[in-house]
Amino acid sequence: MADLRVDLAGVPLRNPLLLASGIWGESGDSLAGAWDAGAGAVITKSIGREPRPGYANPTVDSWDRWGFLNAMGLPNPGIDEYPKEVEVARSRGVTVIGSVFGHDADEFAELAEKIAATGVVGVELNLSCPHAEGLGTEIGSDPTEVEAITRAVVHRVRVPVIAKLTPNTDDIVALAVAAERGGAAAVSAVNTVRALSINAKLRRPTLSHGLGGLSGPAIKPVGLACVWQIYRKVKIPVVGVGGVSTGEDALEYLLAGARAVQVGTAVAFDGIKVFTSIRDELGRLLDEMGIASVADVVGGAHRAA
Amino acid sequence: MRRVVRVVERVEETPSTVTLRYDDPSESRPGQFVMVWVPGEDELPMSLAYTGARKGITVKAMGTTSQRIQSIPVGTLLGIRGPYGNAFDLSPPKVLVVGGGSGSAVLAPAAEAAIADGRDVVAALGATTERELLFADRFRGMGAVVHVATDDGSAGAPGYVTGVVDGLLHHQEFDAVWTCGPEVMMRKVITAARASSVPVFCSVERWMKCGLGLCDACALGPWHVCVDGPVFPGEALLGAAGFSEFFRDASGHRRPWGATSKADLGPAGPPPG
Repeated sequence: MADLRVDLAGVPLRNPLLLASGIWGESGDSLAGAWDAGAGAVITKSIGREPRPGYANPTVDSWDRWGFLNAMGLPNPGIDEYPKEVEVARSRGVTVIGSVFGHDADEFAELAEKIAATGVVGVELNLSCPHAEGLGTEIGSDPTEVEAITRAVVHRVRVPVIAKLTPNTDDIVALAVAAERGGAAAVSAVNTVRALSINAKLRRPTLSHGLGGLSGPAIKPVGLACVWQIYRKVKIPVVGVGGVSTGEDALEYLLAGARAVQVGTAVAFDGIKVFTSIRDELGRLLDEMGIASVADVVGGAHRAA
Repeated sequence: MRRVVRVVERVEETPSTVTLRYDDPSESRPGQFVMVWVPGEDELPMSLAYTGARKGITVKAMGTTSQRIQSIPVGTLLGIRGPYGNAFDLSPPKVLVVGGGSGSAVLAPAAEAAIADGRDVVAALGATTERELLFADRFRGMGAVVHVATDDGSAGAPGYVTGVVDGLLHHQEFDAVWTCGPEVMMRKVITAARASSVPVFCSVERWMKCGLGLCDACALGPWHVCVDGPVFPGEALLGAAGFSEFFRDASGHRRPWGATSKADLGPAGPPPG
């Protein structure tokens, strides 16, 4: 069996599959459930300063298995309450990465420091939620802001900092370069793609917020392109996100240059056991190709291009 | 994913509950729920109180959203997705049904289906007062033996329905207990049923957003109520973190149940934060 272990910016992972932020991240029991199903690490819900209820329902829409639209609105219980959920997961041996969001560099740094204190192995910065005013993409599409926020956070925490980037920009590579310059240990690409669903019979947007973010297989080619481009321009590792539902999807991302991948929407279609099936299929594919280790395929497709 | 339906009937069941009926041929089983979108208001998980082609949801008024939903007129368009979740196992020959408050809404179609299949059903229904008893006549009409308890003694036995349940379990043999109501009540029912070695199944409510097992809003112990429930074996619930103790609100903040159920908090629940 191929060696699925990878080193992500100094963090040893038992396999390259991460639970994406926002999925199963509200309770420590759920984080542990994703770990038990085979995730290499789990990323928490994005946490802010204060409890935040998010938007009213409807917050999701979906189309068969190919696309999933959401505008949750960054619901979270706040940084004062959330550490007890991390503690539940950590007490069960789970490798946890903390995700935070803020309005500016100071807020990001404060939150990152607090979540780092819970014993997470890394901090992911949500610079890319596509549907929250004054947050996420609104600041994360400016390379200057990305660099400043990353730098502020890196100065305050000892664990690796991962910048999660938005595809809702004309130049995601510039964002990745900015994050690297700010001291990020890795970048995640991509967050959801800004999208809209209209209910024709009701003559209104389906989601209460109107605009949302598209995820799932529909955006896999978008994510692959972003990873491909970023891999060519930065030295830090890239985490691929967008439409990973099978071991082959994961392998495609690795070949495009990702050192790890995140899985989210596939959980809605196949349940949390999708981590088991993706992991096992990835191992089988590598074995069939005679490849000894995940690390050996990272960026492999660039050699053919 | 969503289909648009029209409200064709509106029935005031009790001073605090209203049933809305709509035509929808989708397959559903008693115990399952649908996500009901009231355009401009909210989208809420609602157990099906009627599971045939003319479906129905029974809404309890507590918060402002639920009050507005109660007042929507016949002809209003709703968005529906689902049915979601699991269902009651209708095979046990003799069932004790225990409904607290609006919890009777999900138990009534299960009891109807069981009786239609030749099973025996005994119903123990609890409410604050006689006028708030939900579906007592519906249970009688379907052929169930009905026992009632009210907090103020205005109908049936005075006090909580759990007192009636203790007596029934002591004097009769049952093959299963189905219950829905405040979780403190359900915990007592589980304990009593276990003492009599009768399997017990509980319909549980939690705050829901996606309804698809993704967002984690309805996390209960290791499960998600939307896809692993809403019907759980009672024994499993006794060890689940949060059962009868807390639920998570829209922000994920843990809130104590107290003596209320999610239904009694209304669809929007308490104001977050």
